[in-house]
Formats: sequence, C-alpha cells, structure tokens
Amino acid sequence: MSTDTPTIVLVGHGMVGQRFLEALAERGLTATHRVVVLCEEPRPAYDRVQLTSYFSGKTPEDLSMTDLRFIEDHGIELRVGDPAETIDREARRVTARSGLVVDYDVLVLATGSYPFVPPVPNKDAEGCFVYRTIEDLLAIEEYAKKATTGAVVGGGLLGLEAAGALKGLGLTSHIVEFAPRLMPVQVDEGGGAALLRTIEEMGLSVHTGVGTQEIVVGEDGAVTGMKLSDGSELSTDLVVFSAGVRPRDQLARDCGLTVGERGGIAVDEQCRTVNDPHVFAIGECALAADGRVYGLVAPGYEQAETAAATIAADEAAFTGADLSTKLKLLGVDVASFGDAHGTAEDCLDVVYSDSRAGLYKKLVIGRDGTLLGGILVGDAEAYGTLKAFTGSVPPVAPEALVLPAGAGAPAQLGPSALPDDAIICSCHNVSKGTIRGAVTDHQCTTVPEVKKCTKAGTGCGSCVKVLGQLVTAELEASGVEVDKGLCGCFSQTREELYEIVLALRINTYQDLLDRHGREEARGGNGCEICKPAVGSIIASLAPTIGASGYVLDGEQAALQDTNDHFLANLQKNGSYSVVPRIPGGEIAPEKLIVIGEIARDFGLYTKITGGQRIDMFGARVEQLPLIWARLVDAGFESGHAYGKSLRTVKSCVGQTWCRYGVQDSVRMAIDLELRYRGLRSPHKLKSAVSGCQRECAEAQSKDFGVIATANGWNLYVGGNGGATPRHADLLAQDLSDAELVRLIDRFLMFYIRTADRLERTSTWLERIPGGLEHVRDVVVHDSLGICDELEKLMQAHVAHYRDEWAETINDPEKLARFVSFVNAPDTPDPVVAFVPERDQMKPDLPLLSIGMRPAEDVLEGSAQR
Amino acid sequence: MTLAPETTDLKVELALDGDWFAVCDLSMLLPGRGVAALLPDGRQAAIFRDRSGELFAVDNRDPFTGAAVLSRGLTGTHQGRPFVASPLLKQRFDLASGQCLDDEEVQVATYKVRTA
Ligand code: SRM
Ligand SMILES: Cc1cc2nc3c(=O)[nH]c(=O)nc-3n(C[C@H](O)[C@H](O)[C@H](O)COP(=O)(O)OP(=O)(O)OC[C@H]3O[C@@H](n4cnc5c(N)ncnc54)[C@H](O)[C@@H]3O)c2cc1C
Ligand code: SF4
Ligand code: FES
Repeated sequence: MSTDTPTIVLVGHGMVGQRFLEALAERGLTATHRVVVLCEEPRPAYDRVQLTSYFSGKTPEDLSMTDLRFIEDHGIELRVGDPAETIDREARRVTARSGLVVDYDVLVLATGSYPFVPPVPNKDAEGCFVYRTIEDLLAIEEYAKKATTGAVVGGGLLGLEAAGALKGLGLTSHIVEFAPRLMPVQVDEGGGAALLRTIEEMGLSVHTGVGTQEIVVGEDGAVTGMKLSDGSELSTDLVVFSAGVRPRDQLARDCGLTVGERGGIAVDEQCRTVNDPHVFAIGECALAADGRVYGLVAPGYEQAETAAATIAADEAAFTGADLSTKLKLLGVDVASFGDAHGTAEDCLDVVYSDSRAGLYKKLVIGRDGTLLGGILVGDAEAYGTLKAFTGSVPPVAPEALVLPAGAGAPAQLGPSALPDDAIICSCHNVSKGTIRGAVTDHQCTTVPEVKKCTKAGTGCGSCVKVLGQLVTAELEASGVEVDKGLCGCFSQTREELYEIVLALRINTYQDLLDRHGREEARGGNGCEICKPAVGSIIASLAPTIGASGYVLDGEQAALQDTNDHFLANLQKNGSYSVVPRIPGGEIAPEKLIVIGEIARDFGLYTKITGGQRIDMFGARVEQLPLIWARLVDAGFESGHAYGKSLRTVKSCVGQTWCRYGVQDSVRMAIDLELRYRGLRSPHKLKSAVSGCQRECAEAQSKDFGVIATANGWNLYVGGNGGATPRHADLLAQDLSDAELVRLIDRFLMFYIRTADRLERTSTWLERIPGGLEHVRDVVVHDSLGICDELEKLMQAHVAHYRDEWAETINDPEKLARFVSFVNAPDTPDPVVAFVPERDQMKPDLPLLSIGMRPAEDVLEGSAQR
Repeated sequence: MTLAPETTDLKVELALDGDWFAVCDLSMLLPGRGVAALLPDGRQAAIFRDRSGELFAVDNRDPFTGAAVLSRGLTGTHQGRPFVASPLLKQRFDLASGQCLDDEEVQVATYKVRTA
C-alpha cells in the first residue's frame, strides 16, 4: 500500500514510543507524513514507571499516557493489539500479526525490553510471574487471592518494588538476591546494610548471596516453593521474577540489523541503526552510541526527541545520559545519582552512616571539589538538590550536605543555590532556568501550573519537592508575596477568617466575602474552596455568633459540599450512602433489626464499616427522606459520615466483659460520641476509647484517643490512620472523667480555631509552631488564658445540638430538595443502576471513554479501587 | 442566559430545538445551588442561579465519571467566569460556555435559559 505521502512506521507503543509521537507532532511531521503505530499490548501507551501505583489504587486508566484525541487529531493510525511480525528491509515493508502490510520510508523500533527469567527448572509453572505490564499485575493480583506467601527473585530496584507490592497484597514476602546486598547496581556495601535493616524492619524477609536453583511445584503443577543455592528451600505460593531486563531486539536480528553482544539494536548518535539509514531504534531496545543500553525512561525520551529531530532534518544527538534513580515504594528512601560507585579516577568519598537509624549517605567528590554522584539511604530529602548539583562544585562543603539537620550541619542548601542550567527534572530534562522561566515569563504561580507548562514533575515524581521550593523561591524573588490566602476569594488563612467571624460576629458568608474578601471577589459568588470552609466555621461557632445551627438553613445550604447538602455521602454513580450513628459501636438487637429491615425494603447494599457501624449504600436521592423517616422513628440520628465533623468514637468491650479491662470504655465512648456529635471542624474527627493498655480500640490512631488506666484515663492526641499514619501523642495522664472531658473540649476548640482547612489534627500538630508542647501549654496550663472561652464555645455547641436529619424530615421546604428531577420528582435518575454481586448489589456505571480495563471477570471480586 | 427579576410565579424555561421548555418555578432555585431537570429526549440538564439572579443551564452528566450529578456541585466565580465544580472529582466547568476549566479538552453542553 504505497501513497504519495511518506510513511513513518513506529513499532512499539510504550513510554518512549508515545514520546516519539509527541515529538513528531511538535515538529509538524504528523501533518506531512502518514504515521502508523503497531502496538503489541492490548492498550495504548501507559506509565510503566508508575506501574506499581496500581496496587495503591491507580486504575489502568489513570496510568494511561495516551490521549486518544491526540492520536485522532494528528491522524495517527494506532493499531492496538497488533504487533509487527516481520520486517523486509529491502522492500521497506513491515507485516503485522493481523496481516496488515505497510510500506515505510522511515521505520522506528521502540520495542522496549522483556524481563529476564533465569533458566531454572519449572520457571514457567503456574504461579510464576514477571513484572512488566498491566496484564502482569492483573494476573499477580488475581493469583495472590489464593496465596499467602510470595517470593521475588531479584533484589534490585524493581524487585523491591514488586516485593513491596506483594506485601501490600497481604502476602508474607521474601526477596532472593544473588548479589551480597540489595540494589547492587545502585548502592554500595554501606548503603546495602542500611537498606537491609530498614527493609527487614518492614517485615520483608531478605535472602542475599543466594541464587534460585529450581522452582518446586506440587502435584497440580503449581508453585509450592523454591530451592536456593545454599541448599535451603523456601516455601512460597507465588514467584515473581525480577532479575533484570533484556532488550527486545529479535525483530531486528531477524532482518539482519546489528545487535550488541549482550543485545540491543546498535544505533549511532542520531539513533539511526548502524546498518540502515531508514531504520531507527529508541528506548530500552536500543544500544546507544556510547555502548550502553539504558533501562530508564529519561534517556529513552531524549532518544525519542533525537530521532524525531533527525527525521525532521534538524540537528540532534544522543551521546549518553545520567542513571540517577530513586525508589518509589516501600516507604524506604533510597536514591543514587551520578557516579554513585566512585569510578572516576582519583575521586574521594564523603560518608555519613548511622546504622542504628538506618541512615547512609555517601557523596563522591572529584579532586577539584566537583560533586560527581552519591548514594542516599534512609533519608533522600536532598536527592533533588544534590542531583541537580552533580557536575558542579556545590557552594557549601560536602560534609555539610550529608550531615543530618541539627547535627552540626552549618548550612541547609536550598535549590535557590543551584545554577540555572542544573537539571531539576531528569525524567523530562527540565532545567532550573526553564522552571524559573515558567514562573517569570509564563506567569505560572502554582506547582500544578508549572508542571503543566514544563512537564517537570510528571514522570517519576521524585523532583516535585524541589520543584515546589523553586516555585515559591521564584515567586518571592520576583516580589510576588507568596499568597497564603485560603483561595482566590480570601487573602486570609482559615485561622484568620475564624478570628474575624468570631470577633465581629459575622454570621453569613456573603457578609464575610463582601467585607473581608479580596477586592476582586467582593460581590461575587465565591468558590468551591472557601464556601465549605466558611460554612464550617459558621457551623462550628453557630450558637455564639447567632447563626442557625442547622446547616441547611437559608444561605448555609448553598455553602455545603454536596455530601453535607444532602446529609449523605455521594457515591460514584450518583447514589448515596446512609450511615446512622451507633455511639460507641454499641447497638441493641432491636435496632439492628430495624437497620436490616430498612436495607431490605429499599434494596440497599450493607456493610460493616471500619468505624464500628453500618453503612447502607445505593440510596437514590429521593429515597433519602423516606429512609431517614424510618430511621428517626426508630430512634436513630445522623452519623455525620458526610460531614467534616465527629465521625465515630470506637470502643472496646472494656471492663464490663473483658477480663483485663480497668474502666468502662464503652460508656465513656458513648458519652464522648454524644457530646461531640455534630461538631463541625476543619476536617473529620475520630476517636476511640480502650479499656486497658492492650488497646483493642486503636485509640492511638485517632484524633483524640483515650486509654483506661487503673487511676483513670490517659488522653492521646494527633493520631491518624489514612494515607500518612501517625501515632498519637500522650497529652495528659490519669485523668478523672470530668478532667478528661474538659481537656478534650479545650483541645478540640483550639484545633478548630487554629487549623487550616482540611488539616487533620495530626498535620496540624506537626505544623503549628511549638508543636505538642505548645498545645499542652495552651490547653493544659492555659498559657494563653483562653481556656475559659474554649470551654464556653464547646458548651454552647453541646447545648444547641439538634439532629439535622430529624429537622430535615420535618421541614417540607427542605424535603423538596431531595428529588431526582425538579420537573419529575418521582422519576428515578436512569443513570443510577445496579447489578447483583455476592448476594447484594453494586453500582452499574456505564463507563465512558475510560473503559479500557480488560474483560470484567478478571477484576470481579477484586478490591474496590 | 437572562437576568431574572425576582418574581415568585415566574417559570424557568430552557431552549430546546427552538422551543422553550418549562422546567420549574424560579423559586425552586436557591442562589448558589443547582437543580436537575429531565428533558423530553431523556437527557438531563443542571440549572443554576447565581447570587445576582442570573440563570445558567448545562448538561447534568459529569463527563469524567459518567454520573449525572453536576447539578449537585458547588458554584463559584473564577476570573469573572461563573462555574460549577463536579461533586465527584471536583473538576470545574464554566457555566456559560460549558468549558472545563481544569482540562481544556473537555466540555459539557449548555442550554439557553430564561424566565417567563
Ligand atoms: C465506610 C468506610 C469504609 C468501610 O467500609 O469500612 C469509609 C469510607 C470512606 N472514607 Fe474512610 N471510611 C471508613 C473508615 C476509615 C478509617 C478507619 C476508622 O475510622 O477507624 C480510616 C483511617 C483512620 C483515620 O481517618 O485516620 C479512614 C480514612 C479515610 C481517609 C484518609 C484520612 C487521612 O487523614 O488520611 C479519607 C479521605 C479524606 O477524608 O480526605 C477517607 C474518606 C472516605 C470516604 C468519605 C471517601 C469519599 O469521600 O467518598 C468514604 C465514603 C464512605 C461512604 O460513602 O459512606 N477515609 N476511613 C469507613 C466508615 C467508618 C464510619 O463508620 O464512619
Ligand atoms: C515496575 C517498573 C518500574 C520502573 N521504574 C522506573 C523508574 O522509576 N525510573 C525510570 O526511569 N524507569 C523505570 N522503569 C523503566 C521504564 O519503564 C522503561 O525504561 C521505559 O518504559 C522504556 O520505554 P520503552 O518505550 O523503551 O519500552 P516499553 O515501555 O517497554 O515499551 C515497549 C513496547 O513495545 C511493545 N513491543 C515489543 N515488541 C513489539 C512488536 N514486535 N510489535 C509491536 N509492539 C512491540 C511492547 O509490548 C511494549 O508495549 C520501570 C519499569 C518497570 C517495569
Ligand atoms: S483494650 Fe483491654 S479491656 Fe479493651 S477489650 Fe482489649 S484487652 Fe479488653
Ligand atoms: S525527575 Fe522524574 S518526574 Fe521529575
């Protein structure tokens, strides 16, 4: 099939292939050429670097790097699931598996690598996997459901990522590494030792210095263990091979292109194959002109740019690249950059090591003081800055760069000390100068804007921290005062707004906006950030400032986030969940039966939550009042699962039944839950009360947690589960009931007063100057003399509490809002539909263009993401 | 878009294929919040009223999630343009043009709306 327009054929639509297409488009080559892409995988290019984040909730769609609109707009013929099978270089013709034959003027090979699987017996048994594609991950996830133990062959960067992922899937995880230490390519012996300690502390078993000799299989042919070179046997249900990668150069070999001794399609500095000017190779399949095959994405991107430039007859060359890397997973900081092993002649080391703390930092310095490279284990804070300084003489002494802060480190080296040509983002090769330019010339004022404008930070993400510092520094330097305001409407912080509302008794949002908002925002409609934040301040202070304590009253209704507006939690398909309060988790059989009956009658999905209560999902908006009428009738009230307010006070069974209990933890939990219910706060509040030190209620992971002692109660504050867990700090000991309540009153009101919007007590405690000591001074020793006021504010809240669902079902005007359609109140929203699953039901959401997951059954029953 | 005078028995109407389709009483619209309306062809519109009384209508379906929920989002003003933020994943849509403010490639349909 020959046409007048010249044809470019790209084989392989991976990360580098996609970047190549973008580079073609940027140079206008997609307009002048026919571009055909043969893509082997069942989906277009996705972010392989972030592959493991699939296990922390990213969907295959989130990982996609391909905008189908881009492909369409540039007339690119993308053939998904259709790999190239043969190349006829003489005829300049590629044949794909589907039988499609394309004549090319330029052929670009971007076929990437395949995982190397050592040739051990039974390596292909059921339960053996590799770790390279989304399909690999889906298969591992499925198989792991039946497994309890997993082993990873290979303790390199990817092996550790894979082992962390297996652990995340709930498996007992082993790592088997042939070399005497983990990450042998990146770290040296000292770094390996620090790393080993940290990894083992995380509950992973590490076997170094041993090879895998054989995979042991059971009668059904599935993996049961592996034999190691030291004669031992490790029993495991699942094996992931992560023993390095090899370039996929078979196509090239078959058509007579030169490949390296250890593989890789040999190319010149323009990424053209050394044998054929019509054929290029880029990315992990290429053996670059400097004799290396690069296994990282940044050099591949550079090769993609080089090839595109060469095709456009521009000058470009790829002569080599940096191999800096940082481990993205496992909660361990490991990074290496530049000449990490000190291979340069005459270079010197500066090492700081503290194996007790799992810290190891090494810098490699040239004779003239140039920073050549380094290794950071345990604390890679400085990675971004140090990497950017590589190749230059840093402005402070090297030892200052590795000493931990406070331990005599004379100067903290910030990114502002970097020269303009320092590379900040190595994934996208973005220099400090470019980032500064984004701020000064392109008027970007936030990190997301700079990311969009320069692409910096959108690869592995390891440079985002430095990026943030640079943007702030640049804004400050250009005289823009870095805006600490709440949003585009208010220049004050949340704390300042709270003080204004309280001091001036301002009780409407409009009044606050028109009098205290930014000039340009006054008289306007505000925004989605300040409305709920101010709504929350008004609700917290309602009785004191003379506002209604009912969040759907008058103007307040328009301020609430959708969940608060409907007093229920919005679900992915537009339905709602219903969570009645079950104080302390204690519930009488009669009430349990009522919940069961209501859920049955309305066909709701029920689940016991992590907060010791019951959630009913799948209610349509017009059903909410009917459901709540029955709940209120049976004596239930709102559980505020939707609000930034008190959620649950969990309890353990305590002294009443438990042989160890020393206080009545259930009663105290109920008392606390009833006292603080309905209290609006900057973020949600959680609590728990345990009956003794065994801590079955997990009080130390709560915003305020209480643990019984023989003499009373210990109060802990600032705990958090969630994304960044934090153990709570002990605030005071052996308190009586009354002392406990008084301290919590003060603590909560002080937090509500001074925290930022959406700031949990844990982050607040870490942020405020003076930290825990300061909070203790204020709420225990009354150092600011405000305790009286704090207690009064809380008493006002407690005295004025009313159940907002009871109020709503008795107000016809409010009920009129709970309709699907204003013009057809009885017609259910047709988008809200359900399908059966495990004796109940789940949302049936017609997926939009993002519906690229494979067959539904692969995912059936897997964790909800 | 028209400026709606404050009168209780006024009807909110949407332009559909050249005809005006009555949706509800103006008094059903709380300033700063939206309502959903079912259209004769099965589509859904989200109708909003801002603080000054101006009316807007866009398609109710959130293009990012597929759920018909835009009417339940919070509204505001961004650089002088009125917007609604999806209650699910918080992307903002210009109420006048339907343009997504957080992703230039996404847009929702808009409807002419008036009171009569
Ligand atoms: C239902 C439940 C999961 C379950 O099936 O068990 C749940 C469900 C949700 N959680 Fe949770 N969390 C639930 C217990 C927890 C727990 C465990 C606990 O409370 O003991 C945690 C960790 C403890 C903690 O908060 O410190 C938890 C940490 C989170 C977080 C992370 C908070 C953080 O500080 O990092 C979020 C996100 C957020 O709030 O920004 C979240 C947000 C959510 C939201 C509200 C997400 C959303 O906006 O749609 C989910 C809505 C539920 C719904 O529609 O009803 N949920 N969530 C649990 C409800 C408990 C309850 O009865 O109220
Ligand atoms: C878990 C994991 C974590 C990683 N982390 C990092 C990191 O932190 N930093 C970093 O820099 N790098 C990292 N990498 C490496 C990075 O992903 C690769 O360097 C990058 O993907 C290489 O891009 P590529 O386009 O050359 O190859 P690939 O992305 O592998 O794409 C090649 C594509 O070509 C296809 N193909 C092969 N043969 C054919 C054929 N005959 N016809 C059609 N198509 C074909 C393949 O199916 C594949 O889709 C990681 C890799 C993995 C697996
Ligand atoms: S925390 Fe103590 S009292 Fe409570 S259930 Fe556990 S062991 Fe019993
Ligand atoms: S260095 Fe990877 S995103 Fe910037």
